Amino acid sequence: MTSREQLGATNVGYNCVVCIKQVPDTKRITGQAMKEDGTVNRAALPAIFNPEDLNALEAALEVRDRHGGTVTVVTMGLPAACEILRESLFRGADQAALITDRRAAASDTLATSYILSCAVRKLKPDLVFCGRQAIDGDTAQVGPQLAEKIGFTLVTYLESLSLKGRKAKVRRNIGNGYEIVSARLPVLFTVMETANHPRPMAMKKTLKAKKARAPLEIAKAVDAAMTSATPEAKADEVKRRCAELAGQGLLISQWNLDDLQADLAWCGGAGSPTKVNRVQSIVLAGGAYKEFPATDAGVNQLMGELIEDHTIG
Amino acid sequence: MQNNRTALCRPCDGREATMIEVNRQGEVWIYAEQEGGKLSDVPMELLSKGRELADRLHVPLSAVLLGDQVEDLAGQLIHLGADKVYLAQDPLLAHYQTTSYTKVICDLITLHKPQICLFGATPLGRDLAPTVASFMKCGLTADCTDLQIGDHTDVQTKEHLSNLLHQIRPAFGGNIIATIVNPHRWPQMATVREGVMRMSVPDTRRTGQTIQCAVNLAGMTLPVEVLDSKRQPKKVNLKGARIIVAGGAGVGSRDNFRQLWDLANVLGGAVGGSRAAVDLGYVDHDHQIGQTGTTVRPALYIACGISGAVQHRAGMQESAKILAINMDKDAPIFGVAHYGIVGDLNEVVPKMIKTIRSGANIEQAAHAATP
Repeated sequence: MTSREQLGATNVGYNCVVCIKQVPDTKRITGQAMKEDGTVNRAALPAIFNPEDLNALEAALEVRDRHGGTVTVVTMGLPAACEILRESLFRGADQAALITDRRAAASDTLATSYILSCAVRKLKPDLVFCGRQAIDGDTAQVGPQLAEKIGFTLVTYLESLSLKGRKAKVRRNIGNGYEIVSARLPVLFTVMETANHPRPMAMKKTLKAKKARAPLEIAKAVDAAMTSATPEAKADEVKRRCAELAGQGLLISQWNLDDLQADLAWCGGAGSPTKVNRVQSIVLAGGAYKEFPATDAGVNQLMGELIEDHTIG
Repeated sequence: MQNNRTALCRPCDGREATMIEVNRQGEVWIYAEQEGGKLSDVPMELLSKGRELADRLHVPLSAVLLGDQVEDLAGQLIHLGADKVYLAQDPLLAHYQTTSYTKVICDLITLHKPQICLFGATPLGRDLAPTVASFMKCGLTADCTDLQIGDHTDVQTKEHLSNLLHQIRPAFGGNIIATIVNPHRWPQMATVREGVMRMSVPDTRRTGQTIQCAVNLAGMTLPVEVLDSKRQPKKVNLKGARIIVAGGAGVGSRDNFRQLWDLANVLGGAVGGSRAAVDLGYVDHDHQIGQTGTTVRPALYIACGISGAVQHRAGMQESAKILAINMDKDAPIFGVAHYGIVGDLNEVVPKMIKTIRSGANIEQAAHAATP
């Protein structure tokens, strides 16, 4: 992996950071993912690369392919989220970083954007790309909030992008039409799924990067392989393997909140102003709807209910 | 109660921490989105819900209006339910820009300390509200489908607070409904889904106060320049419709489809169609709902003779209430429906029209439906 330092100068292309998230596949809820009471068993849903983050990654890769520079993907999550970091490497990203820390759990969008801002500052990019929204929360808030925290120009809903010097020309989808804007760098974009077609994983890159690991993943593998070894021996082995991977450019950077010098008051539950008051599961099982007979009385009763709860009238 | 935390905080962005304290006397604010000097529908919806919340809390309801030469809209906002309008005008505010609008709104929030700030969950609102919330370091709940005033007990501290804004929204692909609160870091902010709240009805006798606000954008160069824009006003307003009556292949003919138009008329709703209905020529393409058509989330979606292919469901399953009418009791549409009638829509739809036209029956039925 080419580091920014190896590239030498900041005027060689653009350094891009792409913020990505591993999400449960909420769009594909099958019978297996349903609990007996008809609610969703979230743990049973496959974890996937958030769809619009793939469009964000593609937009960044296109910038690098055209102008040079680097693409670094960053995610916050459990070590399992390394899956989507590796997938990004297979698709052509240059470097990957995992933010993982128990103290980051229960972060809402404000705390998440704060933690991401600490990581992005460290990477000193010219451009940041985020998917417009993630399919688990659908808030579309982290992108704009991250832009505010790092002081980048915010350009939401990107559909196409061209760059010239320190100016970005962007076509934005504004719902009932479009807008062409010129934005001063540094810029953070949120990218729409209509922006591009994400490239497939490249065979050669996949073969090379499939061994890429973050230190926590290595530690887990060492634990499993050296069950009877002393903690010191294990630690040495982890260190050795990390150094070996780093030599091959295959070590995924791993940061905790201390590495990011994050102020803990702004992280995790403590840093999250929003709290969950209550959660109700929507019952989607077959036959869960309320059936009315196709008679005058049935229709009357149905309309009565709809008026009663102010849906109509 | 925030003093401790404020003292601890170092501003994470090098600027002054801008949090405001909890202000129980604070007003309820709605952001009055306008485009080219015309109010969009969203502020009308926000004003009706905002009115309820403000009355419940016994505080004024205010609209925040930004733009250039938009003072005429202030009167409209008062007629629609606002007690006050904060009017901020400047040539630099002629077109929406994240930077300038955020600055003006944050200055106003810091000065007046509202307890609730509501924005429409429009493309503009979803750009502006998170930026404002990030700067104010307060909470924000996206895309709410309902708002209420209620209590909250913290699970850990057991602290009990009353009269908080309950921000209710679907999450997790619509599989759960979450109620979110923002107990300590105010204002309590939310974006509200379009077309879900009832629109307020203008009352020209209403009076209120328009407050001209000083705009402090001196020396600000905006980082974004709009080079070109094109808005295509949709001939068919499916997105804004509170009620949609949609038909599929099961409707059978363009003639039969007329009944759906009649039903939409009596309900004050719009007409939609599945891709199959469009392909069969029952209804024009402008009306298509689904992955390749318009995505809608009305308060009520009535699916008539629509089997409910995944592509269609993707465009309507976030509707607040779904009523499916279909001959086939195994049609997948029933899997996302809240109400269902298994039967011939050509019999059921006329019955519905008749029922609505005779309000008396409904009254009785309403009582019958609530034991």
